Amino acid sequence: MRFGFANADQRRPGHDEAGTLSAALESAARDLSALAARIGADAECLEFQLALIDDEALIGRAFESLGDGVAADVAWRRTMENLISEYGDNPSEYIRARCLDVADLRDRVLNLIHGTVKAVESPAGAIIVADDLPPSRFLELDWSEGGGIALSRGSAMSHTAMLARARGVPMLVQIGDIPHATRALLDAELGVLELDPSDEQMRAFEASRASHAVRRGRAKPLDDRPRATYRGEAVRLLINIEGPESLSHPAARFADGVGLMRTEFMFEGRDEAPDEELQFQTYAAVLNWAGEKPVTIRTVDAGGDKPIPGLSETGEANPFLGVRGLRLSLRRPDVFSTQLRALGRAAVRGNLKIMFPMVTAPSEFAAARALFYRVVEDMKAEGLEARAPELGMMVEVPAAALTIADFPAAFFSIGSNDLTQYVMACDRTNGAVSHLFDPVSPALLELIRRVVGHGRASGRNVSLCGDAAGDPRHTSTLLNCGLREFSINPNALEAVKNAIFENLSEARLD
Amino acid sequence: MERKPLHSVKPPTPSSSHSPEDNAGGSVKLVHAVGMHARPAVKLTKLAKRFRARIAIRVVGVTEWIDAKSVAKVMAMRAPCDSTIEFAATGADAGAAIGALTALVANDFLDIEG
Repeated sequence: MRFGFANADQRRPGHDEAGTLSAALESAARDLSALAARIGADAECLEFQLALIDDEALIGRAFESLGDGVAADVAWRRTMENLISEYGDNPSEYIRARCLDVADLRDRVLNLIHGTVKAVESPAGAIIVADDLPPSRFLELDWSEGGGIALSRGSAMSHTAMLARARGVPMLVQIGDIPHATRALLDAELGVLELDPSDEQMRAFEASRASHAVRRGRAKPLDDRPRATYRGEAVRLLINIEGPESLSHPAARFADGVGLMRTEFMFEGRDEAPDEELQFQTYAAVLNWAGEKPVTIRTVDAGGDKPIPGLSETGEANPFLGVRGLRLSLRRPDVFSTQLRALGRAAVRGNLKIMFPMVTAPSEFAAARALFYRVVEDMKAEGLEARAPELGMMVEVPAAALTIADFPAAFFSIGSNDLTQYVMACDRTNGAVSHLFDPVSPALLELIRRVVGHGRASGRNVSLCGDAAGDPRHTSTLLNCGLREFSINPNALEAVKNAIFENLSEARLD
Repeated sequence: MERKPLHSVKPPTPSSSHSPEDNAGGSVKLVHAVGMHARPAVKLTKLAKRFRARIAIRVVGVTEWIDAKSVAKVMAMRAPCDSTIEFAATGADAGAAIGALTALVANDFLDIEG
């Protein structure tokens, strides 16, 4: 299913092009206002589309080109497509996601000009499979019987995604080409679209859907929830972010801080490593947003499944067991020192903590720490404002988890994705071994309890920042391991917070 | 429906030949940083359109002057953390326009989301 037009645009002799365009715009504005009135609070994208119709500078350009003998539909399409390409070039994902709103308005008005009404019938409860789904189309569909959305492209920041989130319609984006199938199961908690499932999969899915519906029925929006506690201890929910852009997620402000800021994004798509000033500005922006809340920034974790040309090693037979994370940083003191300098300078701007990835041996941690202290001393000698904040480490290598007491780190963050992969000896991207990839298998829980126990005994903070932390089905198990801090994607905040409260009410019933 | 394209937008210069009340300018710090989202952009342009004055907006040191009445342009205006938003207006009600717009930004667009 594609939304767009392939009609040839033709100028009709003697036709009042300006009148046609005006009438189509007025009619589109009426329809959008009516739709906005019907759906109420979620009407943000419709308000934006209405404002676009009302934007004289923008619409004026379409009318101007009518004067040059261009047909109404061509003029309109050009104007909208210029705006789409302008937004498409914007570095902000949020603004790029607005292209869909503009394309949606473009098609709505073109439909009115051409007198075509597109009616793609889809039964209630169906899974909509498409390249992308415009918000007005989402609003026209009947979601009363469930259903879901699976998009080859799309964006989690689109208005359609916001609408789907608000209504609890499961939606997957960026899943690539979707083969044809007659039946499908969509599990947005797991991020899986199962095509032509077996009867057994269908039954398991129904059971999990029923329990989800019960949880969802008791769920409340984040605003209505006080700070979460479990067995009298505060539970902190922090967010994982890719960069300052991630902070524009609507749920981000409910987080207790940033538990993991990845820094790989700054190194990708460029010829050389980002300079100290750019890194400093980026870190400072996040600290500024967070105010007094903690922000944990992880030094670059290149290599493994995240090769960065010019930085990570090439030609490794097994990159997951090769030079990645801190191993790579220690081999590239030039790049590492630049990042540490930027972090040391940013540390005076807020509540910063620094974390090293893929630490295997205590000597690696000690080497990184020594380098950092030296860098901070150098900067002070240069007269720069700098500070050495708490230094912690990711626990994602089994050896580190097993000998956790030997590491002189101030805090620990369990990276459950890599830890599971290394403990269970299975590649998480290999579907043939996915049944073994269980982040709450007894072997994993043993290691998590060991790290949490050491943290409690020695007064060091322990958090968990892998995907398992954001999966509400694991919340209760992880709380029972003693974990009281999770760092998760902003998308998962609401579900995990609800799961913590759910756990509490079940604990009371027991 | 008569539609006229606006003139290209330039910052009105206080030293121009107009009388002083025809020009006004003001700047305000963006409280809720990280970008101008759809709803604030719609609110800001709607408010700007209530005035007859020509109004330009920019993020100091980041963007050029743009038309504060064009939602298409304001939407794409990137305003990083801690940035300063500056307005400049020309026209009979320029002063009132600047007062209203700076108040909107200073009050965090009232019921801004996210």
